[in-house]
Amino acid sequence: MALSLPTSTRLAPATLLRGQGALVALVVLVAFAAFRYEGFFTLYNASTFFRYNAMFMLIAIGMTMVILTGGIDLSVGSVAAMTSVIAALASPHGAGVGLLAGVAAGAAIGLLNGLVITRLRVEPFIATLGTFLGARGIAQLASGQAAVSVDSSGGFARLGQGDWLGLPVPVVLVIVVFLAGLFLLRSTRTGRSIYCVGDNEDAARLMGFGVDQVKVLVYTISGLLAGVAGVVLAAQFGAGQPVEGVGWELTAIAGVVVGGTLLTGGRGSLFDTMVGVTLLGLIFNILNFENGKGVISIDVFWQNVIRGVFLLVVVILQSNSTRRKGE
Amino acid sequence: MTQDTLLVMSGIDKAFAGVPALRGASLHVGYGEVHALIGQNGAGKSTLLKILTGAYRKDNGTITFHGRSVDFSSPKQSQQGGIATIYQEVNLVRLQTVSENVLLGHEPRRFGVIDWRATHAKARRILRGINVEIDVTQPLENYSLAVQQMVAIARALALNARLVVMDEPTSSLDDREVETLFRVIRQLRDQGVSVIFVSHRLDELYTVCSHITVMRDGQTVHQGELSHLGKLQLVSSMLGRNAQDVVQEGRTGFERARPGDDVILDAQLLERAPRVHGVNLQVRRREVVGLAGLLGSGRTETARTVFAAEPPRGGEVRFKNRVVRWKTPHDAIRDGVAFSGEDRKQDGIIPDWSVRENLTLALLPRLTRAGIVNRAAQQRVVEKFARRLNVRCASYDQPIRELSGGNQQKVLLARWLCMNPDLLILDEPTRGIDVGAKAEIQRLISELAGEGLGVLMISSELEELIEGCHRVTVLRDGRPVASLQEGDLSESRVLSAMAHDAHQPTLESDAHEGQHHAGHD
Repeated sequence: MALSLPTSTRLAPATLLRGQGALVALVVLVAFAAFRYEGFFTLYNASTFFRYNAMFMLIAIGMTMVILTGGIDLSVGSVAAMTSVIAALASPHGAGVGLLAGVAAGAAIGLLNGLVITRLRVEPFIATLGTFLGARGIAQLASGQAAVSVDSSGGFARLGQGDWLGLPVPVVLVIVVFLAGLFLLRSTRTGRSIYCVGDNEDAARLMGFGVDQVKVLVYTISGLLAGVAGVVLAAQFGAGQPVEGVGWELTAIAGVVVGGTLLTGGRGSLFDTMVGVTLLGLIFNILNFENGKGVISIDVFWQNVIRGVFLLVVVILQSNSTRRKGE
Repeated sequence: MTQDTLLVMSGIDKAFAGVPALRGASLHVGYGEVHALIGQNGAGKSTLLKILTGAYRKDNGTITFHGRSVDFSSPKQSQQGGIATIYQEVNLVRLQTVSENVLLGHEPRRFGVIDWRATHAKARRILRGINVEIDVTQPLENYSLAVQQMVAIARALALNARLVVMDEPTSSLDDREVETLFRVIRQLRDQGVSVIFVSHRLDELYTVCSHITVMRDGQTVHQGELSHLGKLQLVSSMLGRNAQDVVQEGRTGFERARPGDDVILDAQLLERAPRVHGVNLQVRRREVVGLAGLLGSGRTETARTVFAAEPPRGGEVRFKNRVVRWKTPHDAIRDGVAFSGEDRKQDGIIPDWSVRENLTLALLPRLTRAGIVNRAAQQRVVEKFARRLNVRCASYDQPIRELSGGNQQKVLLARWLCMNPDLLILDEPTRGIDVGAKAEIQRLISELAGEGLGVLMISSELEELIEGCHRVTVLRDGRPVASLQEGDLSESRVLSAMAHDAHQPTLESDAHEGQHHAGHD
């Protein structure tokens, strides 16, 4: 005799909204812009848009993994600035060397974050606040406080400005990282343990997962991807940028949250994060088009107000649905 | 030990900071046996279980499990050794799917890649084995706590556990869910898996368990077949009372005065699921009313419902002859109710603050004018009440954490008394207080009542209830099962009411009870 046990009946609207809200908003916004602005729905706009936003996407992928464990990584913006300088300094030795140097430097900071958090039991917020300051300092020291031009004879600049198979190289990087991340999170035990650690750390430990190893891993990945973003930054603008990347960590966190990943960990996906980052970027893009029409003029600083409202609405929806579960 | 014994724990000692929690405790569990473990708060059962599952290390003693001597150093180790623990608050990953919760870390893989289809199929198969048909691809949190427990059990099966420890698994389940759990427990038993079942609901123990271990004061005081032990005997051995004991007068500091006729609190048919069902309470002026019951009987919950810490969902509360609908403790306090909780450390004192500040915390709004505390008035209040309650401290500016438990409790009482309440609710007012201070507080309670307060007192100590109260209401499973007045009030009557139905309040009927249960199971 089988047992019919009741599922909770209160999941339908909240879950649907939480899962798809950002995607619905994105589709609506794209349709609206495509209809309203000439030149929006063009290859040129799309390619420019994604070439630039690729940097945020790379950072947000790492941030998603960190947040899935219930942590936070505030250092990524500074790390991107630092690695852009390091990559630019290394670029005369070849594009590959530049790429590797930037990525390795980023991963090293990430590893440091992970070790400080797990070994010294420092809160992620504090630990990454430390590297947030430290990496910025290194960027300024290594660059002599000025932009460091990348070597133009090698292929380094292609990493930011070039195309491959008809796609901007940064976008290719995002696709590769995204697919690899998707595979990691969905199909490996390590990936599942990332979710478990954020869901219930105690239970994850009891289930035999190495909680500390998982944390070290996600912060290292986050640093590494910030490194990739730094390389793209240097290549795209032709110079290492010691003062760039300010506030990127917050943009990435906003993208992750708007996508629907729980800040407390345990639930979320890379796809949602991509949607979230795209949505936030699109607000800026649309404001530019609107001003280009010349009918009304909106200060571009409105973009942050709109982003802020978006963020709040999403977080309020989220906390309402979790509160109901908690009752 | 015989070969059919799965677990033998013997001579287990454990002390925390020199204070013994276990003294030579033992626990024997046979293969395929459902074993009840019972004892009051602080009896040592959770310490014993934590040693078994590796959360604590023992100081002394031996543990043999499945023919091997073991000493687990972490819960993870004991789990790998074949012991699964299911807590009342299920310790799983709620946001992940049911399948993952059953199989995490053991998912079927192909070339290191999780095979989701096989994972879901395997989880479904294991759950079906215990008659649970649910969508395994849903997040665990979408299901009720009862189902979550089933999933935890399924995980235990997936990991080939030989022993499943269930720590109060039924405390948040409804009757139907409890039935389902019991069916699964019997299934486990039939598959040769042993179960240690901790519960305070005696009926449940008799329904599902075959053997029992009773603990008291860190020792094992009874072990054997449950059918040989009547309910009254069980409760007596748990509380350390011979049911025939004659109460010796004067062991406590209470001095009862004549209660008034003026009803302060009249609560009718209070409802607050899951622990308070149809409770009636009346407290008069100058009267001390006791709330008795075993752990989990709903004593604290009833008091909290009256105080509107968890406002009633049904029933009526009249306070000073007026129907009141308190929504928060603030409302109750405003009308003249004071509540001193069970856990001083958690709900009461602010350790680093001074005696003065702790004492006047609740009164502060009345001592404040334009946001500034009137120090002179504060000092008058502190002096009056600290003297009245005989609080012993070096100075009123001494941090309260430096005071003894008894004196901390007096400061807490003073905090409420200076509000000039009409009704004082006390949850275990003398727990963890040394003997001298205990008598002093008991005398205070009597005196305060004598001065016109109504007191509602929860206590686990029978003599406190018998000697201190004019009336005792006994709760069982959240329902009032007896109301005993002075004259009727005796240890054996309270014990009987705690143990079984109010219809059989006397000792004689226990003999029938015992026989009734012999031959059961």
